[in-house]
Amino acid sequence: MSDLLKDPLILRQIIMDHYEYPHNHHLSEDPSYHKIHMASESCIDDITVMVKLEDGILKDVCFDGVACTISTASTSIMTELMMGKTIAEAQHIIQQYYAMIHLEPYDETLLEEAVAFHQVGKQANRIKCATIGFKAIEEAIEEATK
Amino acid sequence: MFDIKKIRQDFPMLRHADASSKPSIYFDNAATTFKPQSVVDAVVKYYTEASVNIHRGDYDLSYQVSEEYEQARKAVARFIHSDVSEVVFTSGASASLNLVAYGWGRKFLKKGDVILSSEAEHASNILPWFKAAEETGALIEYVELTEEGELTLENFKKAMHTGVKVVAVAHITNVLGFIAPIQEMATIAHAYGALISVDGAQSVPHIPTDVQAWDIDFLSFSAHKMLGPTGVGVLYAKFKHLEAMDPFMIGGGNNARFDICGNILLQKPPFKFEAGTPAIEAVLGLSAAIEYLESIGMQTIEEVEHDLRVYLVNALLKMDHVHVYNPHAATGIITLNVEGIFAQDVALYLNSKGIAVRAGTHCAKILVEVIKTSETVRISLEFYNTKQEVDVLIEALRTITLEQCIDLYL
Repeated sequence: MSDLLKDPLILRQIIMDHYEYPHNHHLSEDPSYHKIHMASESCIDDITVMVKLEDGILKDVCFDGVACTISTASTSIMTELMMGKTIAEAQHIIQQYYAMIHLEPYDETLLEEAVAFHQVGKQANRIKCATIGFKAIEEAIEEATK
Repeated sequence: MFDIKKIRQDFPMLRHADASSKPSIYFDNAATTFKPQSVVDAVVKYYTEASVNIHRGDYDLSYQVSEEYEQARKAVARFIHSDVSEVVFTSGASASLNLVAYGWGRKFLKKGDVILSSEAEHASNILPWFKAAEETGALIEYVELTEEGELTLENFKKAMHTGVKVVAVAHITNVLGFIAPIQEMATIAHAYGALISVDGAQSVPHIPTDVQAWDIDFLSFSAHKMLGPTGVGVLYAKFKHLEAMDPFMIGGGNNARFDICGNILLQKPPFKFEAGTPAIEAVLGLSAAIEYLESIGMQTIEEVEHDLRVYLVNALLKMDHVHVYNPHAATGIITLNVEGIFAQDVALYLNSKGIAVRAGTHCAKILVEVIKTSETVRISLEFYNTKQEVDVLIEALRTITLEQCIDLYL
């Protein structure tokens, strides 16, 4: 499974799909959702991530905004990874993702399609793009659990 | 004779540029320009041979540097055809534009007065007026731009009325690169009793400037966009305005005398606006930059950049997947998008080919309403760019695909 996922052609397809048809690509009017706006100062990525937390579980995660392929695709994949997880599970996945991005050892069984970004860390100036969605959900969880 | 080979040898950043340089092709000249050796030498020479303060003649070296500083002021006056007393050194175009809005606007605008600007302005030429309007109760109105985003004389005439007290526009805008009819606009503005403040950040470096012939009231520009060092710029203003308006800062260097009762006598313009020790080395560098530009001639520079632009745009117009927003502009600024690929990704792809361009709103955040998109790729040419460099860009844009943009990360 993981060897297949390391095939560049498949990884490229995953990223392209999530860029051209991002999952959960809408915002919610529901006031019980937590909303985090992330705009980069060093590039033009600008996204809003929303999450509905109920009984310690991420019931729904969605996002909207304008961003590059890496930001859009990684945020789309993030919403799928986070959906239905407990807060503890979500925070663990986020840390594993960051480890992968920073080229440190990580648990790839937890990251599913997010392994598509396992090489992004080699270009330091794109780390912000690959983590923008994860930073947003991390902040949302932090705010909600204050 | 315009000798591109020799010119490129004059620039350390270009001298040894090859396919492995970072970047190997620089097309972000609207953001800042490379420096000729003579400018670098002037800056270094100040620090290695004359590293003293100005405004004093107590010892030979200080007198000498003070003289050189004032010679630099003369060079600027000559370059824009103004009087030397009308040249104020600031920290850059943004500071100059803020000085106009603060020193003149905040002081003289009254409730209900109108500031007439355009939706294509850079943040530095519209935000200071937002503030001035907020503080004085003045209102901001916008000249309607054409569909392509150009400011025409016809539309300007329609927008002018007796309530307008100041017109604030860029001579050449930094996203679409159209040249506004500044001279005619000044005549009309004056007929209505209004002043005209011109943002020259993108024009002074690329076309001949003549503030007297144009009869404009204020002109702001930066050294670093015209081959000079960062950290310094110019505010030109008619002497009567400089006499009437207030400086930003007050302190050493711009006061003639002061006493313990709080009485202050300020220096006459332009010194009235130059409190504190300036970026001396940058002013001397600006002087060297002006000398370099004059050695080529601004008319020649305008023509060379225009020809290069036409060459690039003609090639781009042949590509169905590339949309050029300003095909009819005349200067070296070309703004485009590639169908189906986010502007940021286009810029990153070009970076992987060694080409430096810029993606985003380019600080003209209101222009979004006009061109209906908030992210574009901006290419800005300079006379030291070559057809060969443009060819590499053309080939990269001809063959760009979303797949290749993604492959950069795999």
